Amino acid sequence: MLHIKCPYCGMRSQNEFSYGGDASVKRPELNKEISDQEWDSFVYNRKSLRGKHLELWQHLSGCRQWIKVERDTATHEIFNTHKADEEIS
Amino acid sequence: MTQAFRLENGGLINRDKKLSFKFNGKTYYGYEGDTLASALIANGVHLVGRSFKYHRPRGFFGAGVDEPYAIVQLYRNNETEPNVKATEQELFEGLEAKSVNCWPSVNFDIGAINNFLKIFLPAGFYYKTFMWPKSFWYRVYEPFIRKAAGLGVASTKHDKERYEHKYEYFDLLIVGSGPSGLASAYAAAKNGARVILAEDKPRFGGSLLTSDVNIGNQSGEDWANSIIAELKEMPNVVVKNRSQVFGYYDHNMLVMSEKVSDHLPKTKKYHPKQRLWYIRAKEVLISSGSIERPLVFGNNDTPGVMLSSAAKEYLKVYGVLVGKNPLVFTNNDSGYETAIEFKKNGINPIILDSRVNPQSEIINEAINLGINIKFSYVVVAAQGYKKVNSADIAKISDNKKQLGTVENIKCDCICVSGFWTPTIHLASQSGNKTKFKEEIDAFVPGTSKQNETTLGAANGIFTLEETLKDSFTAGQDLSKKITNNDNKISFPNVVEKKSSQHDKFWCVPLPEGKNYKRFLDFQNDVSVSDIEIALKEGYRSIEHVKRYTTLGMATDQGKTSNLNGLQLVSDIENKVVPAVGHTTFRPPYTPISIGAIVGREVGKHSKPTRKSPMHSWHEKNNAVFVDAGVWLRPRYYKQGNETLFEASKREGKNVRTNVGVCDVTTLGKIDIKGPDAAELLNRVYTNAWLKLPVGKARYGVMLREDGIVMDDGTTTRISENHYHMTTTTAQAANVLSHLEYYLQLVWPELNVNVVSTTEQWAGAAIAGPKSRKLLEKLFPNNDVSNEGLPFMGYMESDLFGVKARIFRISFSGELAYEVNVESDNGNFMWEKIIKLGQEFQVQPYGTEALSTLRIEMGHVAGSELDGRTIPYDTSLDGLVSKKKDFIGKRSLNREAFTSEDRQKIVGVVPLDKKTSIPEGSHLVKDAKAPLPNKKLGHISASCWSVEHDNPFSLAILKDGKNMIGEKLFVMSPLKNKVIPVEIVSSHYVDPKGERVRS
Repeated sequence: MLHIKCPYCGMRSQNEFSYGGDASVKRPELNKEISDQEWDSFVYNRKSLRGKHLELWQHLSGCRQWIKVERDTATHEIFNTHKADEEIS
Repeated sequence: MTQAFRLENGGLINRDKKLSFKFNGKTYYGYEGDTLASALIANGVHLVGRSFKYHRPRGFFGAGVDEPYAIVQLYRNNETEPNVKATEQELFEGLEAKSVNCWPSVNFDIGAINNFLKIFLPAGFYYKTFMWPKSFWYRVYEPFIRKAAGLGVASTKHDKERYEHKYEYFDLLIVGSGPSGLASAYAAAKNGARVILAEDKPRFGGSLLTSDVNIGNQSGEDWANSIIAELKEMPNVVVKNRSQVFGYYDHNMLVMSEKVSDHLPKTKKYHPKQRLWYIRAKEVLISSGSIERPLVFGNNDTPGVMLSSAAKEYLKVYGVLVGKNPLVFTNNDSGYETAIEFKKNGINPIILDSRVNPQSEIINEAINLGINIKFSYVVVAAQGYKKVNSADIAKISDNKKQLGTVENIKCDCICVSGFWTPTIHLASQSGNKTKFKEEIDAFVPGTSKQNETTLGAANGIFTLEETLKDSFTAGQDLSKKITNNDNKISFPNVVEKKSSQHDKFWCVPLPEGKNYKRFLDFQNDVSVSDIEIALKEGYRSIEHVKRYTTLGMATDQGKTSNLNGLQLVSDIENKVVPAVGHTTFRPPYTPISIGAIVGREVGKHSKPTRKSPMHSWHEKNNAVFVDAGVWLRPRYYKQGNETLFEASKREGKNVRTNVGVCDVTTLGKIDIKGPDAAELLNRVYTNAWLKLPVGKARYGVMLREDGIVMDDGTTTRISENHYHMTTTTAQAANVLSHLEYYLQLVWPELNVNVVSTTEQWAGAAIAGPKSRKLLEKLFPNNDVSNEGLPFMGYMESDLFGVKARIFRISFSGELAYEVNVESDNGNFMWEKIIKLGQEFQVQPYGTEALSTLRIEMGHVAGSELDGRTIPYDTSLDGLVSKKKDFIGKRSLNREAFTSEDRQKIVGVVPLDKKTSIPEGSHLVKDAKAPLPNKKLGHISASCWSVEHDNPFSLAILKDGKNMIGEKLFVMSPLKNKVIPVEIVSSHYVDPKGERVRS
């Protein structure tokens, strides 16, 4: 079971969180003309990375905030966690 | 029965407390502190089971967790447990156990015929033989194999025992209470760290209980006892025996199974049988010791052949002799310790040492004691069927290839020692990159991935002094990092005997003309020749060899066999062991009971139960409940001998003719506030929301980004910047997360807050032509006329002093209202409705009638919004705005979603107007078409229409738009039904929707 540091609540067990997928995906702006390909890529296409991955988790049984987690998908090492609006360098 | 193999004195058992127990129906006696194994051996019982494949007789091989043979069916307090290791099960008064895997009895086993057919049962036998003809597998081979092979029998009864889970954080978790565990725990505890020390056996001390050493002028055992006593007194230390740490998971979380009551005749009241600990530790010290390796020779599986360390443990801990005429066969000094222990107890052992001329302190001691030692000698084969009665021995050449003349010597047990294998399971599970250590011919932990440190024998360190030094230092250094304390501990004086180098030889060649089975895996009957066959047939990867031969795949997971298997592969392949590599170590280290894994989450505790504030009223009024997600909802209210069908029909009919009331508290409710609330709704729902006036409700549909309908419900504008959203019961939590996702991540600029208020409001749906009349009674001061409170209207009111919200919305399709009050007033509201509704024949209705009413109206619910349908499919496309953008809109113009013959919701009526249609059935054109019959659609929901008094179903049907009036067939192979049906509109009742507006 992972141990995830919620930027609001501190270290918590994985079972308080739910996984939300790739955090680098950006939703296309509303009312913007985009190609089918761009839209499909937003809806369906995800890289299944081995290694460092920026992902979303929601602290569901805690503060309910969506957070960003830098995690290695192979080793499960968590390098850093960020608030949703935090700029990640 | 006398305990003929019990010594007069000695051992750590309590001789004052004699215990009786039964094995295979026969009564024996042992002492408190015995294991089932030690008590059986004390009684001279060495035949405990039959092997898996050849059904060869099985005795005892070890004295603990590594035991491959002595697996029994245990009976305790009217319960039975399969596959209990006799070497781990502590004896209690009245214990009963039976052999497994033998029929009709352990002494006469029909399956042993396999032993004579063994030429037909080589590696991969099952794969090769039972493949053809294919149909034989299910009918002939599998049932036969299952009867012939297999272990104990699981109980089919409900397990009444209690199992608990516990979650703990510690600074240090120390696994194993041998010298390294004790030393590191002591040092860390003295530094003020929070420490847990876990020992899988009942007694603390590990190897100190059986080794002849001296620490700080005390015997090893006394030193262990004094350290444990001191640790137990310290408030920052938890000391646990009978506790096996079996898994090392991510982020330094380990799981430990504590056997709280397995050693007692009966679990004490309010005590668990077992407790599963989830331990998150900052540092983990693995001091799990090592397991002795077998030597491989002919018939080395005969009862009476056992590990020399086990023989020593039976002697020193239990005061039991495994034999009175022992032969010790060793390739290192450990065998000598066992032999010396025999000698000290008046027994004369013979030592066969494969080494040419080893020199060491301990060998000298054995020589001085007058023990008969034969160097360069090996056991060629054990003789005897159910018990060893002699051994064929021979001199072996210095290159270990040639055997001298084989001679036979009498003996009643053969204690083998092939050196030691560090127990690296936990380190490996943690991600540690193990490395091969040439001096000990075994793998040891290498580079750590997590915060884990392996100490002592588990780390391949076999001298006590070095082990203690390392362990004190590790305990001190690691705790210092955490607590910043630095208490120096004076290092005790250690006296131990120095050992000489072990022999790399471990597998005795076959003598000329003999074809003895030489076993590597004692539980799965994998022999040297099996590995040879696998390699000959081209298996190379050790993982493949393992699976093909089943080496190390039995319940003991190869604790005594894996390394010998690896050595054999490397010898044959002419590779070094590290090039062969070892198979993956996976948790659990030992079998864990399912009960412990499940814990308290059984039966109704497997999930929380949510009840509405009106629950007790429902109970008092004969409600029959149904699980709706985690909620318990009334399915129907039983009157007299009514069936579900009769009751729901009555309740539904009453809604259509008079008025009914339904508890709708379970609907998800989300309070939405903020200046941008309307904008959020406009983006989330498919229809327009910006112009909804205050005091009005609107039905909305929300999609996922892929265009699939996520949920539906009404949202009401309470005030300028305040909305009340309802969701379906099932999707409530998901919708809240969905809104939070968009507000926090996608559109953080929207100034909106959302919060669940599902539990804050109790809800009652009042539906039926007389509902307005009832409402007038409930709210005499309000104008609830069609003009005062029109369809989709909303008003706030006062229900006899209680704040209430009235929504004119309808799921049943009748003139209907939903009244919400604060949860605490739910029962008050409900009772008022029932009381004031008497004159209008009000009746409560449950979910069954609720479903019936919505199905015949063609209102969609979860069974249509099933995660596969788009708005068009469920006839909700009228709600899809062409003008504005919203979540998922861009997906709706995908080719499949716009195809002409796209699936659509329809109504289905059986031609005979009598036969009920099973939900989930398929719709087909031709009932007699050959399989696979082309599916045109499926039945999503079925009911007995109360309006038309005949069966009616909803279906999602291909090209549904153009299918109205078609005759098709409903097929349900599960229910063995074929029903001719007609396709009709999904709106079976009041298609124009006049009633809701009346």
